[in-house]
Amino acid sequence: MSAHTTTVPLSTERCDLLIIGAGPAGMAAALAAAPSGMNVVLVDDNPAPGGQIWRDGPGVVLAPLAKQHRRGLTRHPNITVLCGTRVVGLGDPAVDAGAPALILENAERGWTQQSSHLLLCTGARELLMPFPGWTLPGVTGAGGLQALIKAGLEVRGQRIVIAGTGPLLLAAASSARKAGAHVLRVAEHAPWSALASFAAQLPRWPVKALQAPTLLHHSLRADAHVLEALGDQQLEAVRLARGGRSQETIVCERLACGFGLVPNIHLGQMLGCQINEGGGLQVDAHQNTSISRVSAAGECTGFGGSERALVQGAIAGHSAAGDASAARALYPEHQHWQGFAQALHRAFPVRTQTLASLPQDDTLVCRCEDVPHGQLKGRSGWIDAKLHTRCGMGACQGRICGAAAQVLYGWTPQPARHLLAPARIATLAGASGSVDL
Amino acid sequence: MSRQTEPSAMVTVVIAGVPVPVRAGSSVAAALAKQHPGTTRRSVSGQLRAPLCGMGVCYECRVIVDRRERLACQTVCTEGMQISPSSAQPGVGT
Repeated sequence: MSAHTTTVPLSTERCDLLIIGAGPAGMAAALAAAPSGMNVVLVDDNPAPGGQIWRDGPGVVLAPLAKQHRRGLTRHPNITVLCGTRVVGLGDPAVDAGAPALILENAERGWTQQSSHLLLCTGARELLMPFPGWTLPGVTGAGGLQALIKAGLEVRGQRIVIAGTGPLLLAAASSARKAGAHVLRVAEHAPWSALASFAAQLPRWPVKALQAPTLLHHSLRADAHVLEALGDQQLEAVRLARGGRSQETIVCERLACGFGLVPNIHLGQMLGCQINEGGGLQVDAHQNTSISRVSAAGECTGFGGSERALVQGAIAGHSAAGDASAARALYPEHQHWQGFAQALHRAFPVRTQTLASLPQDDTLVCRCEDVPHGQLKGRSGWIDAKLHTRCGMGACQGRICGAAAQVLYGWTPQPARHLLAPARIATLAGASGSVDL
Repeated sequence: MSRQTEPSAMVTVVIAGVPVPVRAGSSVAAALAKQHPGTTRRSVSGQLRAPLCGMGVCYECRVIVDRRERLACQTVCTEGMQISPSSAQPGVGT
């Protein structure tokens, strides 16, 4: 970009607590911090607060707890909710000691948002793994299908196969059935033994134990996984492996695959936050990250479900408001849900070896730049791959192929350098001091 | 963004010149799926693509909405909204 372009500098706004992500963690944090009188700004790129689990839309009856949180946000005049707004990069640091500033953008404008404290509640995304045919229209994520249905996607009468691993598969199947779809098969990669030992632990978390039977269905197969999506211009059928011995081919209109969840740490990484063993942002007991005035809560610290996200969010909100005793009072509840997270991780690990055997040489790994597995498998790492192909350099900025390449090739995803999301030229030009193009 | 509409209310968007009625509050991704072939863009090697992640991560669903590039899964339909498939060029917004 030319340095000579005449631009209007970005306007700067300031708040006490800036929360990125309005899912359960972000909402709970805002509600915990608000009674202190802090000026709270809650930002989300979706059209309404709720995150993934409490996503609103015409295909949704919101859970009572979700409604309660949404009402809570409107009740506090010192909470500003900015939906349809995304973080596109780091802004110029404030003159006084504050949290790192961020450049935000909505459909109309871009601006620099400064704050005294920054809380990252950026959630998790699905691990989407490449297999032959996965780029065909009709193939989505499992949570992806659920999100699309909540947002009004009509699936009545459609034949759907769901594959991958984790409780999200059953939740997606349940949403699809309620919307009138025929879910012909749920192929769970974990063996029955893992499912049984997970189920045996559920009474420790009665809410979860009550949910489980409502999700079970005769279409469920354990130790089963996707091999290939078949079709020419769009999905026509799916080939599945069962127990490593037999296969089945199912004719369907949709295939929804989710292989687990990946914490969204791009923004935290860009800020220099340390990463933990689970691939999430490292936090202490008060949810502080390794960077001063930056904390994190919810799935971005490692996935573990909405109950854990709610309590982490509340701890982070109280801490940011300076109420350490209120934060400490929540430690036992946090421990309780941390245990659930650990049980999830044990029962539904990423089955690396099988997933790495799925892509063929012509299977695209990077869907933005159409880079096939054959061009990547011999590369030594991300830098080598980027030098020789354009893998990870497209619009999604490596969010999909980066997580996949970590499983396929063992490459550690690299922190973004400057930009988190494709941004409008006008926004970037106005922020010329901090963004190199 | 306000969505204080009746549950049964409908809005009509225009996809590549064709009016498509959808339930109020539906995403552009949901509207696109109602209109054959339901795809959003052609990839750099010419493949047809459709929404994948449903949550604003993968950018497969980028389309042109009222002359601006937007993510179909994160954009709510409004009356008369003009929607057309995206070009093959990867996406810095306009």
